[in-house]
Amino acid sequence: MDKIDFIEKEQMRGDIPDFRPGDTVKVYVKIVEGTKERVQVFEGVVIKKTRGNSRAQFTVRKISYGVGVERTFPSHSPVIDRVQIVTRGKVRRAKLFYLRGRKGKETKIKEADKH
Amino acid sequence: MEKGLIGRKLGMTQIFAADGASVPVTVIEAGPCYVIQKKTEESDGYNAIQLGFDRKRQANVTKPLQGHFAKADRGFFRVLREFKTQAAAELELGQELTASMFEVGDYVDVTGTSKGRGFAGSVKRHGFRGGRGSHGSMFHRAPGSIGASAAPSRVFKGQRMPGHMGDERKTVQNLLVMGVRPELNVILVKGAVPGSKNGIVVIKNAVKKS
Repeated sequence: MDKIDFIEKEQMRGDIPDFRPGDTVKVYVKIVEGTKERVQVFEGVVIKKTRGNSRAQFTVRKISYGVGVERTFPSHSPVIDRVQIVTRGKVRRAKLFYLRGRKGKETKIKEADKH
Repeated sequence: MEKGLIGRKLGMTQIFAADGASVPVTVIEAGPCYVIQKKTEESDGYNAIQLGFDRKRQANVTKPLQGHFAKADRGFFRVLREFKTQAAAELELGQELTASMFEVGDYVDVTGTSKGRGFAGSVKRHGFRGGRGSHGSMFHRAPGSIGASAAPSRVFKGQRMPGHMGDERKTVQNLLVMGVRPELNVILVKGAVPGSKNGIVVIKNAVKKS
């Protein structure tokens, strides 16, 4: 195997579930405050996934107090405690950037029966 | 002891630090290198070792070089580089040097040949700002004035102008070693390293840190 591939595969974690754009997920993020560590939840719709071994990323969008907030996580980052899939969404494209221009009911994503 | 190896730049990737930060690293295939020749104070006027890296077939080696390689009896190599070292006496002819000489936390200097850019204009080569592209500016990427007129009546030496860029020997200093994988003959250094993928680089411990 390619040596860079090997090093990247080493960094990957196997415990991240397989989710897709359109799914609603809860990302449990570790936050260090001084000496204490706690876990914060970021819940929203996955609007983007990029690939590339350990360099893979995904972006979660949520509406927080009326303001759209997006956060991009490296999929294999040690900062992520765990990822929980809330619902599976049925969407017809890989990048859901169209959600950015929409409000309220327009942002609703149909639930998929199963993947 | 001084450390030094010949390597091959494989490319870049990123690794995660303990606090979750992703650190850009260059993956360098370092060694194994073999001591081909020892130079000593008595015979050569200075102490150094010559290392060989990247095997090649005997048929592709000239007769005079075959004789040179035969003294170390370790096969034939594409790349030969000399490393000044006081430790030459401790090393034996034909001895194998591997990536395991480096440790995580070491600082190294990496020397390579930068990517060739050919004949480059002054915007790319020297970072000149150039003019605007549209609205009839008629001044896009030209170098502009290269000096005053009658007063010096010549162009000063060192005036930055278009010309050949890249394909030079470059050294990047004080790169932190982030990982060593002896089983892959690979070391990971933080940050970028001169040259293209598969370019030959020389790794030495940092002269400005010790």
